[in-house]
Amino acid sequence: MMIIKQISVFVENKAGRLADITAVLGRAGIDIRFLSIADTSDFGILRMLVNRPEEAVQVLKEAGLTAKITDVIGVRMSDVPGTFAGVAKIMADVNISIDYMYAFISRKTNEAFLIMRIEEIETGMEALKAHGVALLPSEELYDL
Amino acid sequence: MGNYFEPAIECADRETMRTLQAERLHDMVRRCYENVPFYRSLLDQNGIRPDDIRSVDDLHKLPFTTKKDFRDNYPYGLFAVPREELARVHASSGTTGKQTVVGYTSKDLDDWATDVARMIAAIGGKKSDFIHVSYGYGLFTGGLGLHYGGEKFGATVIPAATGNTERQIDILRDFGSNILACTPSYAMYIGESIRKMGIDPKTLPLRAGIFGGEPWTDGMREKIEELLDIKAYDIYGLSEIMGPGVSFECEAKNGLHVNEDHYIPEIIDPETGEVLPDGEQGELVFTCISKQALPLIRYRTRDVAAITHEKCSCGRTLVRMSKPCGRTDDMLIIRGVNVFPSQIESVLLDLKLGSSYQLVVDRVNNLDRLEVQVEMTDDMFSDAVKGLEAAEAKIAAALHHILGLSAKVRLMEPNSIARTEGKSKRVIDNRKL
Repeated sequence: MMIIKQISVFVENKAGRLADITAVLGRAGIDIRFLSIADTSDFGILRMLVNRPEEAVQVLKEAGLTAKITDVIGVRMSDVPGTFAGVAKIMADVNISIDYMYAFISRKTNEAFLIMRIEEIETGMEALKAHGVALLPSEELYDL
Repeated sequence: MGNYFEPAIECADRETMRTLQAERLHDMVRRCYENVPFYRSLLDQNGIRPDDIRSVDDLHKLPFTTKKDFRDNYPYGLFAVPREELARVHASSGTTGKQTVVGYTSKDLDDWATDVARMIAAIGGKKSDFIHVSYGYGLFTGGLGLHYGGEKFGATVIPAATGNTERQIDILRDFGSNILACTPSYAMYIGESIRKMGIDPKTLPLRAGIFGGEPWTDGMREKIEELLDIKAYDIYGLSEIMGPGVSFECEAKNGLHVNEDHYIPEIIDPETGEVLPDGEQGELVFTCISKQALPLIRYRTRDVAAITHEKCSCGRTLVRMSKPCGRTDDMLIIRGVNVFPSQIESVLLDLKLGSSYQLVVDRVNNLDRLEVQVEMTDDMFSDAVKGLEAAEAKIAAALHHILGLSAKVRLMEPNSIARTEGKSKRVIDNRKL
């Protein structure tokens, strides 16, 4: 599966919310692989890559939270200067705007990983493949 | 003539006033019965014929009129004159999405202007005065009410309207405003802005203020008087009855004189509807005995006040009411605009957002701020910030459309709004009034 299922959770900006939400996942034995938060002055959107996304959304909803799955794509890049600029240009050339993205590096290999949320997911993946960019299959996400 | 505009009315003895009121009341009930189908069936249902109402003592036999009756007869169903006799309409907030529409004949407009002119006289106004009107002009009755009252009195009106405080201050200073008419919170704001700009209010020709449209305290009065170096007076009114000028303070600042040759006040127990004696607090009810376009029988204002028939030190015998000190419903007054939580609920329901919401009202730098907190739903949730901001903007635009007031929308987590016995606590008013 080249499409990665990310979970997104609505969070009010108040003390203790992140601890509460991640504790819900911890109790369900769900492993958080990556986490980022987008915030405004009033609220935040917690985005996570987890090992069992459907189950994660289920337990979060049962805990009374607003959560959903969003399809994103992952790209593997060598961790050298200029690589990211190349990926960004491929997207720009096919006129795809990136809603948001985040990146992290592997602790095992000399690779960097980029997670992107775009509207036209198929077109984006085609363009990346056409330029020889390696996509990150969701199964591999947990071996990084 | 002293400080009176119409001394024969304002200082009439009780018997003269009661005779005048009785004549007008009898005529008004007859007009309601003949011209307003709603009143005809209401009176029929209650077994009352117009000729049963011959004196002020018969008033209590009549049924009440409420805001809901406006909604049920929207927009013009309560009007008692044909359209060609109407001269103007105004409107105020309804309890849901529909506004409360009110109408006036040219005689009604003249009576209204007289109400306001009486106040200008009562606070020591002079024909040479410039009256600076910073109420909103438009469907809201504040602007045009004070405007035509000022003209009727014979003063010069400056129709400054609302907004652009720096320009307001230029006008106050350069045009030489003597009397300022606006909401008390806006007067505070102007006062503080003047101080910040380093202007000494003693250098301004401003002498008095006519403030209303929202509840305010004697503490606010002292603050405004100090900031602007003026005398501040309260004016009361509501568009259903007429507009500003239903009652007014005189220089004694000891209650508001009701223009009772036009509006007979009663205080009732809001639960039982029973009429309460002088001095007891209850819901204020008015019967508009001289209005042609929209005569209302015992209209329940939902404002809480008390009345007294004691003669005032100013010489007026017009019955006085206390400053309204609360509401018997959940209406809020925000920046002079009436807001019902039910209006907000109807907007959220139209947007299919469920009914979990809370209103938080604060006063920041003397200006009211309304925050509408809405619980997030699965349908509304987007994982992109711009998606959620678009949802907030959509709610804010819909609220503005119905309330005529901008509100800050804050999205909340589900179940985060406190509920008591399954019902959420709708309003948190943090204003110190």
